[in-house]
Formats: sequence, structure tokens, C-alpha cells
Amino acid sequence: MSSLPATVRDIFNEPGCAKNGSKPENERRKGCTKQLQPGIAAGGCAFDGAKIALQPFTDVAHLVHGPIACEGNSWDNRGAASSGSDLWRTGFTTDMNETDVVFGGEKRLSRAIKEIIDKRDPSAIFVYQTCVPAMIGDDIDAVCKAATRKFGKPVIPVNSPGFVGSKNLGTKLAGEALLEHVIGTQEPDNITPYDINLIGEYNLSGELWQVKPLFDELGIRILSCISGDGKYREVASSHRARAAMMVCSRSMINVARKMKERYEIPFFEGSFYGIQDSSDALREIARLLVERGAPGHLIERTEALIAREEARAWAAIEPYKPRFKGKKALLITGGVKSWSVVAALREAGLELVGTSVKKSTEEDKERIKELTGQDAHMIEDMPPREMYKMLKDAKADMMLSGGKSQFVALKAATPWLDINQERSHAYMGYAGMVKLVEEIDRSLFNPMWEQLRRPAPWNALARAMAQVHSPAAPSISDPAIDERARRAKKICACNTVDLGTIEDAICSHGLTSVEAVKQHTKAIGGCCKRRIEDILQSSPRPVLQAAE
Amino acid sequence: MAVVMTPKKACAVNPLKMSQPIGGAFAFMGLRGAMPLLHGAQGCTSFGLTLFVRHFKEAVPLQTTAMTEVTTVLGGYENLEQAILNIFNRAKPKIIGICSTGVTETNGDDVDAYIKLIREKHPQLARLPLVYVSTPDFKDAFQDGWQKAVTRMVEVLVEAPAVEALRDPARVNVLPGCHLTPGDIDELRAILEDFGLQPSFLPDLAGSLDGHVPDEFTPTTIGGIGVDEVAVMGRAGWTIAIGSQMRRAAEAMQAKTGVPFRVFERLCGLLPNDEFIAFLSEISGRPVPSKYRRQRGQLADAMLDTHFHIGGRRLAIGAEPDLLFDLSSMLNDMGVQVIAAVTTTDSAVLERVASEEVLIGDLEDLEELAESKGCDLLITHSHGRQAAARLKIPFYRAGFPIFDRLGAAHHKSVGYRGARDLIFAIANLVIEDREQNRKPTPDTWRKSNLPSTPYQRGFSDRTERHIA
Repeated sequence: MSSLPATVRDIFNEPGCAKNGSKPENERRKGCTKQLQPGIAAGGCAFDGAKIALQPFTDVAHLVHGPIACEGNSWDNRGAASSGSDLWRTGFTTDMNETDVVFGGEKRLSRAIKEIIDKRDPSAIFVYQTCVPAMIGDDIDAVCKAATRKFGKPVIPVNSPGFVGSKNLGTKLAGEALLEHVIGTQEPDNITPYDINLIGEYNLSGELWQVKPLFDELGIRILSCISGDGKYREVASSHRARAAMMVCSRSMINVARKMKERYEIPFFEGSFYGIQDSSDALREIARLLVERGAPGHLIERTEALIAREEARAWAAIEPYKPRFKGKKALLITGGVKSWSVVAALREAGLELVGTSVKKSTEEDKERIKELTGQDAHMIEDMPPREMYKMLKDAKADMMLSGGKSQFVALKAATPWLDINQERSHAYMGYAGMVKLVEEIDRSLFNPMWEQLRRPAPWNALARAMAQVHSPAAPSISDPAIDERARRAKKICACNTVDLGTIEDAICSHGLTSVEAVKQHTKAIGGCCKRRIEDILQSSPRPVLQAAE
Repeated sequence: MAVVMTPKKACAVNPLKMSQPIGGAFAFMGLRGAMPLLHGAQGCTSFGLTLFVRHFKEAVPLQTTAMTEVTTVLGGYENLEQAILNIFNRAKPKIIGICSTGVTETNGDDVDAYIKLIREKHPQLARLPLVYVSTPDFKDAFQDGWQKAVTRMVEVLVEAPAVEALRDPARVNVLPGCHLTPGDIDELRAILEDFGLQPSFLPDLAGSLDGHVPDEFTPTTIGGIGVDEVAVMGRAGWTIAIGSQMRRAAEAMQAKTGVPFRVFERLCGLLPNDEFIAFLSEISGRPVPSKYRRQRGQLADAMLDTHFHIGGRRLAIGAEPDLLFDLSSMLNDMGVQVIAAVTTTDSAVLERVASEEVLIGDLEDLEELAESKGCDLLITHSHGRQAAARLKIPFYRAGFPIFDRLGAAHHKSVGYRGARDLIFAIANLVIEDREQNRKPTPDTWRKSNLPSTPYQRGFSDRTERHIA
């Protein structure tokens, strides 16, 4: 058993991680997360990451050893779905008090484990270490070992106290706990040449079930999903799988790599976000399984299924493509999914004005560049204020991001879609892609946005009053010059069309829509669409009437 | 007279309680231009932030000193210093509210001394108020964090008035407990203003977390009470504290400024509001506006209409002490039996809860009690949803957090009008439950349905059948 610092060092040396491999030696030692900046940092801790990774195991009691904050403030807040037990959604914590901090919390932890076994009889208990007991030296490894012996039930220490690092590190530490204490400790009832593991798939909103029917149809069995809708017995016997797919990019790369080393299970990194990615993933699984001895016809059957599903999905998406033409999306998410979502959005015909690459590897960035062309705007780190400005200035028609930045978009009266872990819709596989497109359409074309962008009546009134009063206001300048300056204001920056030109066109042709303005002037009507709408609205009535 | 029981379990299951530091941070969110800062690991902040965002559906300012294992060993001075400087330079706050956590308290960080050092080293911070409150995670609960933070705000931010300074009898300080929503605060503001009084709420969540669409995107709180307005609270004629938790802050105000105070432990229900309105009439010297005479009538009528459904119900309630006391008393006033009461932390009001015992416990305790004692109405925050689904009884969501229903910020329970809306909502849940789950069948009365134990539903069923 290695110490926590040694495990952390080991994770930072991950040879399977391309980003890590490309770093010089001295940087690699610093670890894979940027140094946390006090007062600027955002995001979860290592405990958070460990819990995210393991909590979807449904028949396990997840016991958090620490003061109330760690579990009391966070339990039952994730959208993973279970086909069986609800135990994973039950919050267990030792709720350490002052006495425990002074005298140590190991006794309380032992008693807590006993209470859970007496009351719930779970398949296993995962014990999560947190900062305070780590500081006072509670040895959860020893407590778990003793409890396992005493109760004849797996009690697994997850040594990932929050202050050792980021969420990402915590996910990997959770993987280490599985490797050290769980995987390979049981044998499956039977094995087939079609057994696979999915690693890093959490079944959020039940999205695993969007692709599971496809596996079922092909006769491919998910021996273990780590950890969405997972069961303890499945992960404990997952070492007998023939192949593995690493779903959530690199969050559990250590598990995939070490399972390859120990049990010779080949793995690949894939995604079920987007049509092309789903097809590639299915192909790769079939190929790996056949390589490991599955009958060759699996490949043909897979191809037939892909052809059928792709045709269906494309047919369902087709009607949306003309509606999405010219619509621009801003994508802000962790590196894990950015390229796969980028691919998905491109398939639906959306234009991407920017995507965050904060957590992406060089390889990820290359993929994004490939997908979007050279002009793709990759954002390393964008403060909310800038995001807000970008949206307010209508440089993007829509934002897709995680829950924490949603208000940046919503408060700018811009359509927004949740694509992170708290989301309530499932977007995986062919069915999920169609759902994503539907949701984008529903959001983009909601008539509400137009109303919300209109000024409040008092603001509109104030503006009108200002216009009425401005000529009377003491002005030493020539009104003709003022008017010229006003008319010279650029409306369409791309094709340099000024306000005067547009007003004249509206006036002389009696135009009433942006489309019409586009036809009569060189204005593109893309980013300047809203400005033209405003001009149309503020054009004096008599002009319009005269034109009619 | 309720007996207050403490838990004997080693393992809390389905926690009702949330931690003290985020209660403290929550209080700072009611100040304008504020940035609450948790001195701890970044997860301490991240979990709290997610919780607030899910409840309010708003951008919420909350920062972290991002303590790591190494900095914890070395002490948190540098992290605190960097955090304050970074926030000062980037977010340009009007105030930073600092709450300690389990990590830094275990470590024994002397934050008061740190702040003194930081101020000496960085004179540019001279005009930036830094309010520190000690809130270890391993003690007390959310409500305690809130009241400690407000007390500290009074001690640090309120100026002691000069001896000759005159008090303005029209100005009233209101210190709301954390169980009041932005909607409650707006309601109270309207009531006080109708009496010609000028209220200053400390903290004022109605300004900051009431759901609004601002013109600018700011990293700090947007609305709320300004630091300058807090400073002059000593000139008010009265301080009104709402909820027993606010007594300490009101006392601190009186000690510092001499402003007399009155604590209203409850503001939900007929009698508490009679008392409140009479008090406002007295201190303002104005008659009660006709609006409130009508609202009193509306509440009385609502009680008449809803008592058929609410009266006799067997209530299981899990909430922080002040909310528990307020809601359970209101419902008890209408014939509800408070059968199971679970709370998070000790308080003077607990022994006056209208039930045999109050347990400082968790939602597992509440569920077990509700099940074994045959409760038929559940009130707690959103984390009670799993218990409610298993118990299959009407579930009214109250308190913090409410993350699986919308509009939590606008729920009202104060004033005649708040109480009226609350009992309508609860009665409607009861009616809906009866329609969906308790339709009579030819076999309903085949077996004797006379209560064989005192715990079976008796009174409420009989009442309902009459009007069904």
C-alpha cells in the first residue's frame, strides 16, 4: 500500500496521458493542474472529483468521513440514474464534531460503518477521506481494513481529501482506489467474447441507456460500467472484459491503462457525443472484440447497425439544418468533452465562434482545429464579464456550458443549454444527438428572447424624450454636422454599411424586415441583425405608412 | 414543552444540516458589492456555490482562499493575503466577508491577526472593510453561521453615533434571520413603508438574490444594503430582529449604539402578525392602513377555508430552529399535531415547539419518526424529496435549499398575506394527495377503520370525509 503523496506523484507521471508526456520533466513534477489561485479559483476539490467518479455505483453505501460541509452541503446533487438500488443517493456522513477533531474520528468512523451494515446491508461501503480527518491523522485505510475483516464485506478507503488538488486529480485517486481494492477481487458468473468495460461513463440523465440498446442488439455485453448505473460486483469482476472504452476522455485514464497492463484489456478513447463519434466508437469496440477472438461477423453487423442508425439520425436532423444556418454558438466546457461536442454541433450545422480549451490537451486542440477549420476561436480562459459582453454584443446566438456559467448567458438574454453534469436531458448516441438538436432549436427559436431584449417602457420613454428634447438642448454645434455624424455610425461592421444608408433604404423602399434590408443594402444581417431590428423598430411611423 | 434530544448515532444519514461557513457567506450576500470568501480548500466554496446556484438560479459570488495540503501545514496567511488582493484588484468589491472553515480552524489560523498584518502591508486596502467571522464546519449549523456573521457586521460596520447625534424615529433597522426569503424581506419592507417607516435590512437578500436581470455583469453582489447605510444604522429609532437567532445581533446593535430592539420570534400566523402590526402602529404613531385590515380578514378567511384540510394533520417537520418554530407553531395554531420535529442545532426556541420532543438529527430520523408515528404531512427542504416519495404523504418544501422546484426566492410566509398564501399552498397539497392517492373504493370501509392505536389517522380523515 503506497502513501497518498506517492499515489499523487504516480498519477502525475501518467504515461498514458499525452499532455503529461509532452511536458518537460520539471513541469511534470508540478502535477497536471494549474496552481490554484486564491481569490480567483473556481471548481471542485479532489474529494468532489472522487465522489463524482464513484457515486454512480448504485448498490454501494458512500460514507463521507468529515465535518458536515463535505456531505451536508453536497449530497444528492448529481443527475446520474440507476436501474436498481437507490442506496447511492442516500447521504452518509460521520458529521465530525469538535470532540472528534480533538480526540480523533476513527472510533466514530468504525461505529458509522457498523451502523450502515446493520441497517442497510450494502454490497460494499466506500469511505471517503476529507481534509479535516486527514489533518488530524485519522487512518481510514486501517479502519476500513479492520471493518472488512470484521464484517466480511468490502469496506473501501477512497483517499482523496479535498485539499490535495483539483476535481480531476480526485477522479484519478478514485480510480486508484478501485485498482487497489476492488477490480479483480471477484469473478463474473460467466464470460463471453462480447464483454466490454466502459470507463468514465456516469450515466447522467440516464444517457448510457441511449446507447445500451445498440450494444444489446449487437450482443455486446457491458460487463462493467465505471461507474454509471454500476454495481459493486460488476466492477469487482471487470478484469475479465475483452476490451474497454474510455468514455469521459482522460478522467480515469489511469484505470484504463493499468487494466491494460495487469489484465491485458485493450482500450481506446472514444465518445458517444455526436453521430460520427458514436459510429467510430461502435466500430472500434467491434474491431477490438474481434481482435480478441469474437466472431468476425460482429464487424459486419456493426456496420449494418451504424448505417441504419446514421440514416435515421440524419433524417431527423435534416429539417433543422436550414434553421441553424448562420447561427453561432459559444461553447464553454471542460476539456473532456469540448471536441466531441464541437463535432456534434458542426454536424447540426451550427457555426462555432468559440470553444474553451482550458482543460484540453494539445491533441484535443488539434482535433478542434481539424473540426472547425483554422479560424476556430479557442478560448484559454475567459472571465465571465467578457463572456457576458460577447453575448450582449450578439457575437454569439447561443451559449452551451455548465450550470455555473449559465447566468452569464441568461442575463444577457441569450439562449443557453446545459451540457454538464447537472443537465436534465440525455445527449448520448444517435438518439441523444437528435435530442440535442431539438433542444438547441427549442431554445434558439423561443419567441421569448425578442420580448426580453426589448427595453422596459420607461427606458423606451426616456429615450423618446431625449430625442424630443435634444434639438432644444443648448448646442453650439451645427445640427447638420450632428446629423451627419449620427448617420455615419457603422451598423454592419463586416461590410461597412452605415446607419444613414440603412435608414434611407428603409425610407425609400418602405422596408419592414431585416431580410428586406439585406436585399437593398450590403448589410450582412449576421451580427448586425439586432441593430437593424432596432432601426426598423425606431423608424418613424409616417414613413412606414407612406410606404404602404 | 418539548424535550430537546441529541443524536446517539455515529453516522448521520441524509443530512438535514448544512455547514456554518456557508450560512455566514450567505449573510454577506445581502450586502451590496460584497464578495464572501471562505478560508479553506476550494471544495468548501464549490459545494456551497453549487447549492446557492441551484436554489436561487442566480449567479452567486463566493470565493475561496484555495488552501492546499502544503499551505495548510504552513498556515494560511499567504493564501488569505493573495485572495484578498486578487479579489480587491479583479472584482473591486465594497466589502469582503471572510468565513473560516474546518480546515483552517483545525489548523488554528489566527485570521484576525492575519488581517492586521495584511492591512499593514497593503495600505491600499485601508478603505476596504474586511469582516471576519469564525465558523468551523465541525460545530453548529447554517443558521448559526448566519447569525454570527450578522453580529460581526454590526460590531465592525455600524458606527457608534456621536453623543449629540439625534435619532430618527422614522428609521428602523430590521435584522432578518436566514429563514426569511427575499420575498419575505420585500413584503416586510412594503409593510414598514406603509407605516411611513424607513427600514434598513441587514442583510438585505431582497436586493441581491431576488432574481433580476441587471445591465452589467459584476462578479460581486449587485443589490443588497450598502456598507455606508449599515454604518449609520445607529441613528435608527428601533431595531426589529426576526427570529430568535437574531437576538445576539440586536443586542450587539444596542450595546454599540443604544438603539432599543424588539425580537419577533414568529411572523407567520394571525397572532404574531397582530402583534407585529400593533407594534409598527405604535412606533410610527400611525393608524393601521386599511390594506392590512383587509389582509387580516383575508388570512382569517383563508384559515376558515383551509382548516378542513389542515386541521388534525400529523406533521413531520425538519428545519432549522427558527423556521421550525415559526411554521410548526402557525400550523399548530390551526389544529395540526406536531408529531415529529427534527432540527439542526440548539436554540432557545426549541423547548417551546408544540411537540413532545425535538430531535437534533437528520432526515433519516425524520423519515423513521414520520413512518412509525403515522404522519400525513411532511415539511422540510428539497433533500426531503426521497423520504417523501417513500412515505407517500403530501410534501411541502420549505427552507434552504429548494433546488427541485422553481421560485424559492419568492415564497412568502411573513405578514398576513404570507401566512394566507402558505396555508393555501399546504391545503392544496393535501387536497391533491387525497384526489390522487386516497380515492375511496368499495373496500375502503369493509374492514373496521376505527383507530386501533392512537397513532392511526383519525381526526383528519373524519374531517375530510365531511367535506369530500
